[in-house]
Amino acid sequence: MNLPVSGEVASRTLSIVTAMKGAEGPLLPILHEIQAEFGYVPQDSVPVIARELNLSRAEVHGVVTFYHDFRDHPTGRHVLKLCRAEACQSMGADAVAARVKALLGIDFHQTTLDGAVTLEPVYCLGLCSCAPSAMLDGEVHGRLDATAAAELVREARR
Amino acid sequence: MTVKLYVPKDAAALALGADRVAAAIEREAIARGVAVSIVRNGSRGMHWLEPLVEVVVGHERIAYGPVRPDDVASLFDAGFLEGGAHPLCRGATKDIPFLKQQTRLTFARCGIVDPLSLDDYRRFRGLTGLEKAIEMAPGDIVREVTDSGLRGRGGAGFPTGIKWKTVLEAAGERKYIVCNADEGDSGTFADRMIMEGDPFVLIEGMAIAGLATGATKGFIYTRSEYPHAIAAMSAAIEVARREGVLGPSVLGSGRAFDMEVRVGAGAYVCGEETALLNSLEGKRGVVRAKPPLPAHKGLFDCPTVINNVISLASVPVILDRGAAFYRDFGMGRSRGTIPIQIAGNVKHGGLYETAFGLSLGEIVDHIGGGTASGRPLKAVQVGGPLGAYFPRALFDTPFDYEAFAAKDGLIGHAGIVVFDDTVDMLHQARFAMEFCAIESCGKCTPCRIGSTRGVEVADNIAHGVEPEKNRELLADLCNTMKFGSLCALGGFTPYPVMSAMTHFPEDFAPAPRVEAAE
Repeated sequence: MNLPVSGEVASRTLSIVTAMKGAEGPLLPILHEIQAEFGYVPQDSVPVIARELNLSRAEVHGVVTFYHDFRDHPTGRHVLKLCRAEACQSMGADAVAARVKALLGIDFHQTTLDGAVTLEPVYCLGLCSCAPSAMLDGEVHGRLDATAAAELVREARR
Repeated sequence: MTVKLYVPKDAAALALGADRVAAAIEREAIARGVAVSIVRNGSRGMHWLEPLVEVVVGHERIAYGPVRPDDVASLFDAGFLEGGAHPLCRGATKDIPFLKQQTRLTFARCGIVDPLSLDDYRRFRGLTGLEKAIEMAPGDIVREVTDSGLRGRGGAGFPTGIKWKTVLEAAGERKYIVCNADEGDSGTFADRMIMEGDPFVLIEGMAIAGLATGATKGFIYTRSEYPHAIAAMSAAIEVARREGVLGPSVLGSGRAFDMEVRVGAGAYVCGEETALLNSLEGKRGVVRAKPPLPAHKGLFDCPTVINNVISLASVPVILDRGAAFYRDFGMGRSRGTIPIQIAGNVKHGGLYETAFGLSLGEIVDHIGGGTASGRPLKAVQVGGPLGAYFPRALFDTPFDYEAFAAKDGLIGHAGIVVFDDTVDMLHQARFAMEFCAIESCGKCTPCRIGSTRGVEVADNIAHGVEPEKNRELLADLCNTMKFGSLCALGGFTPYPVMSAMTHFPEDFAPAPRVEAAE
């Protein structure tokens, strides 16, 4: 895995923050942009953001850790999100999740050893009328069953 | 002659393969030398028929669905471009009973228009509400909304006009309109559908709110789980700006209003309005104590209207047709229409907009068609993860804010999730507590600690550890959370838990565990 060196993180972070800090309430948009840039929010980004927005590092750290979306480490090449909420449960989401975990050999919040897939739970994709649902790298899938789930895992493994 | 087709771009349709269907139609048309133009519309809301392909034949739109890519060749063979017979043909879309029986006011255009065509929007009475608002004094706009009886569609049911009046009367150089599009409740997708299928109606509603209250800036706070809604909404805002609907002079009125989309980061609690405001400001999404009300001190301490997507999207039709027109629908203190979202284990899942007052049984059995699995129905959860589970015995409850409250439930954002008889209600109660524990913002103790203790107590019941004592403990804990929590997350988690325990006691009485001899 090619992790950027710290000086590089700081400079790329600085250019993102500089471009966006004029917005009203810029921290969340900045964090989204940093995660889009690096795939996660690097520790070395935090002091740069704090300095530029005139916040303490603790405040920035507090925001990063509050939200489920922001990660402090990279994901696998693909991210598979399975909905665990009630509508999906009513259509067998728990069984689909168990099957996917078994096929990947990992639990939620884990990444396969080959670095191919990170599995995440999600609480509602708004696809409750075509449950169970999932999202693979931003692409949505509905009415999953054991076969469709296995196909999704195959796609994610690629 | 070019044949016009509609293939939805709504996320539900995409999840069921709409992109592949559209591509297959294009391929097949080229191979057969036929000219087609495909409009990517929103969804009509009949999700069991998605992807629903519509062909324009004469003045009618003929529906085919659910279409899989493999079906496309046979559709061409059957002459579907002329409305030919095929096993997937559903006849004229507008005559499909599920659609025909609805009263579509807020969703009047959703699924019909090209979501990003302002011309389409105008053709279907779009912007007439805003044009009327421009001619009115702010106080008169507010009165129109108040008189319509519109109440917050996010779940709390607070009268929208009263909120607006407070902001109008609040002193402040800057005021904001914040649209709560943080639709995190399981079983709900109305906000997503309107943002993807008719984004201009939300823009128009927010612009009217701006004119009514003196706010010049709007934010739509939506979810990172909704990438398609974010894209559609952002594109529509660009179009609206280009066409002068938004900007320094709204429709040439000389009054300014502009807006932008902001994206959350996976925190359910940010659907709570004060947590949402903190999140918009770039802080942790922690709930604020009220007062001060957001209407007095909201975003960046400025007077702020914060309304749900559906509340704001219902404003244009109210201004266009008048308060009385809207108010004449509904029952009791629940006026107008409500887009009911039927989801989960149900045959005909989708969005059904109708006047308040249908009974829960009519909605689930007649409109929804019962369970998808064909097994007996056991429970429905109304109003998202913080809503109560209702058994069939309560199916005579009319869909109305007060009627549901009287049965210890809530209509919330009007999502209904159907469960068949395989569901274990103790498991559902435990999940409600688990979800609350995962999503608690941590500010108040009953929610933060209570939810974790709730999971443990539910587990003890499941394991047969002093079940009677633990059921009492769970009820006591729910009481503490209900009355001691700062916001609806901790305060309403007891609804699913207590309703499960009250209506399905058999699931809370597992066989006592046989204690091994010490």
